[in-house]
Amino acid sequence: MNKVMSDKKVIALYVLPAFLLMMVLVYIPIVLTGYYGLMRWDGIGAMEFIGLDNYKRLLNDSMFWRSATHSLLLAIFSILSLVGYLIISLVLAGKIKGADLFRKIYLIPMLLSSVAIAQLWMRIYHPTNGVMNRFLTSIGIENTPLWLADTNIVLYAIFIPIIWQYAGFYILIYYAALRNVPNELVEAARIDGATPWQIGYKIKLPLIMGVIKVTIVLAVVGSLKYFDLIWVMTQGGPNGASEVIASYMYKQAFNSYNFGYGSAIGFFLLILCLVVTWIIRKLTADKEEVQY
Amino acid sequence: MFRKAFTTILMTVASVLVIAGCSGDDSSGNGNNEGAGGQDDVTIDFMHLWPSGSSPDHNRIVNGIIAEFEDMHPHVTVEVETLENEQYSNQLQVISSSNQLPDVGMTWAAGFMEPYVRGERFASLEDVIDDEFRDSFVAGTREAYEVDGTTYALPVELNIAPVFYNQAIFDQYGLEEPQTYEDFLHIVDTLVENGETPIALGNRDRWTGSLWYMYLADRFGGDTALNSAIDRSGTFEDQSLISAAEEIQNLVDRNAFIRGFNGLSDQEAKSEFMNGNAAMYLIGSWDLPNFTTNEEVPQEFRDSISFFRFPNVEGGQGDMDSWVGGPGVGLFVAENSDVKEEAKEFVRYFIERWGEQSVEEAGIIPGTQVDTSEVDLPDLFIEVLDELNNATNITLFADVQMSANVAERHLDLIQALFGNEVTPEDFARQHEEALQEED
Repeated sequence: MNKVMSDKKVIALYVLPAFLLMMVLVYIPIVLTGYYGLMRWDGIGAMEFIGLDNYKRLLNDSMFWRSATHSLLLAIFSILSLVGYLIISLVLAGKIKGADLFRKIYLIPMLLSSVAIAQLWMRIYHPTNGVMNRFLTSIGIENTPLWLADTNIVLYAIFIPIIWQYAGFYILIYYAALRNVPNELVEAARIDGATPWQIGYKIKLPLIMGVIKVTIVLAVVGSLKYFDLIWVMTQGGPNGASEVIASYMYKQAFNSYNFGYGSAIGFFLLILCLVVTWIIRKLTADKEEVQY
Repeated sequence: MFRKAFTTILMTVASVLVIAGCSGDDSSGNGNNEGAGGQDDVTIDFMHLWPSGSSPDHNRIVNGIIAEFEDMHPHVTVEVETLENEQYSNQLQVISSSNQLPDVGMTWAAGFMEPYVRGERFASLEDVIDDEFRDSFVAGTREAYEVDGTTYALPVELNIAPVFYNQAIFDQYGLEEPQTYEDFLHIVDTLVENGETPIALGNRDRWTGSLWYMYLADRFGGDTALNSAIDRSGTFEDQSLISAAEEIQNLVDRNAFIRGFNGLSDQEAKSEFMNGNAAMYLIGSWDLPNFTTNEEVPQEFRDSISFFRFPNVEGGQGDMDSWVGGPGVGLFVAENSDVKEEAKEFVRYFIERWGEQSVEEAGIIPGTQVDTSEVDLPDLFIEVLDELNNATNITLFADVQMSANVAERHLDLIQALFGNEVTPEDFARQHEEALQEED
């Protein structure tokens, strides 16, 4: 077997299918998107090369920057929610009763499709029949919020299901990582008189730092390109109050027939994600991995 | 060692087979095999947006017409592909960018199809329209598919938007169909005072709010005000268009519309109306089956639904017989189709047969004229068809009239107007700017 695997031709043969699929399905479209971004194109007729005009327009497009702000807000909220997930995972991994059951409960939202979650939360937020407003009415609040129809609230109203949706995913990752922390270290710390808080903060956290970094990148990049739930629940409305980069890109490309401009937004989003990933890695890569 | 090498080979063979399987067999399609009748066998690819699951009646009629057509032309086979509304319009754009449109397909009118015509994707249909065929369309419907005077598609459906209302709720408070806008405001106020929701509106979809605005614009400024602003012979900062926007906000301030309308979809608003939670609902006549023949809707509700024409405002130049509406989808033939002749013949046959069947069997008003004395339909249907025949004007839905770019802007502004986030003056000015940019 070793002989087979060291043969360069065999290696090439094995890598080839995945390589071809990646090229055709991922990299070539990326290059094409970059190319379309330099065009004035309605997506149907003839293309016209306009250089970087689409990107100049992007920089001056207040609607784009508004949606970019919303995407960044979502990214910030996702990072904050990671703290919450981490705390829950620490509790769950602390051998409490029924940890397994809780873990499953948190995981369920992840198994639902975004569209189903969107439908569910649209019911919850319904201005007259929704669970939320019925509850508020029943405890005596008369001027109940309009949730998805209120431009000041709608963005945060959508963040809640998004954060709820991904809770299980991150809790699962943290939980698995925490379970891998060697028991001896925890035991030793306990014998030395460390409090549970100290065990969590000083021993467990540093040991799973690598996983935490990965989840931060996942959460930020995932937020920046987030689309589906928002699209189903509000389509970016009312009047752009819940517009994010991806939904704005979609609207430009498919609703307004500005395929060239839409491609430029998409390409910009890609660059943005790469830059943000790089920044996060720089910020978090200051120390060596902790090993005990 | 032997076993491992064997596994390696087996895996390799397996993956080669998988890849080979994926490449498929492209030799089918528009073949040129000799047919029985001496003519070459041809296949017409036809894409429409009525899947059997969600639109069973439409789908059945379409398949019936196709079967008839195939019987009459033994050398022709029609291959059908169906997609739901939204997927359909996305798919159309994607496949047209690679020039792979089906031979025959469906398109929306005016602003939607213009890029396709400019990109030379649709074939001119002038050669299938003789005078007799031309006259069979309701005035103004075929014209909506013209670009620069050439017809590129033919309408299969036509709708107007009446204000439907729930007679039971009206009776309860002694209300009657409004004759003037004053009456209408009185109805709204009475209902609000009694804790009823006057109007169901799902303005998340935005075109729903646009209908209300369009009617007010028409009643204030007559049937030319909005049209001329859009075709640039006039301006959007016309006083009547600003007054219409003011009136929208007046209605919002009176709580005429259902709570949270900007977050509700049209579907959600409709269900409020159909559950008797709102008294009025402005929607296209495509919803008539729900108020007449749909067995899934309680009989009691269907019996209590009636409609009125949008009333005139005092001092306005409107006419109550002027409607907002227009053709929905129409049939096009692809420019690069290699069976263009058969495809055009199919389109013509389809339009004619469709016109004879669609109202009675699927509740769709066709783009061709319907003789109301010959069809057996519920009264509400007949009344709408009569209104259509008496209409002095049908103003095409604003978002369909406008180019896609301006339409997006218009729809967003509608939501902002209803949400009191833009003043009527700014509303008009921003429309004007968007329209000017387009020139």
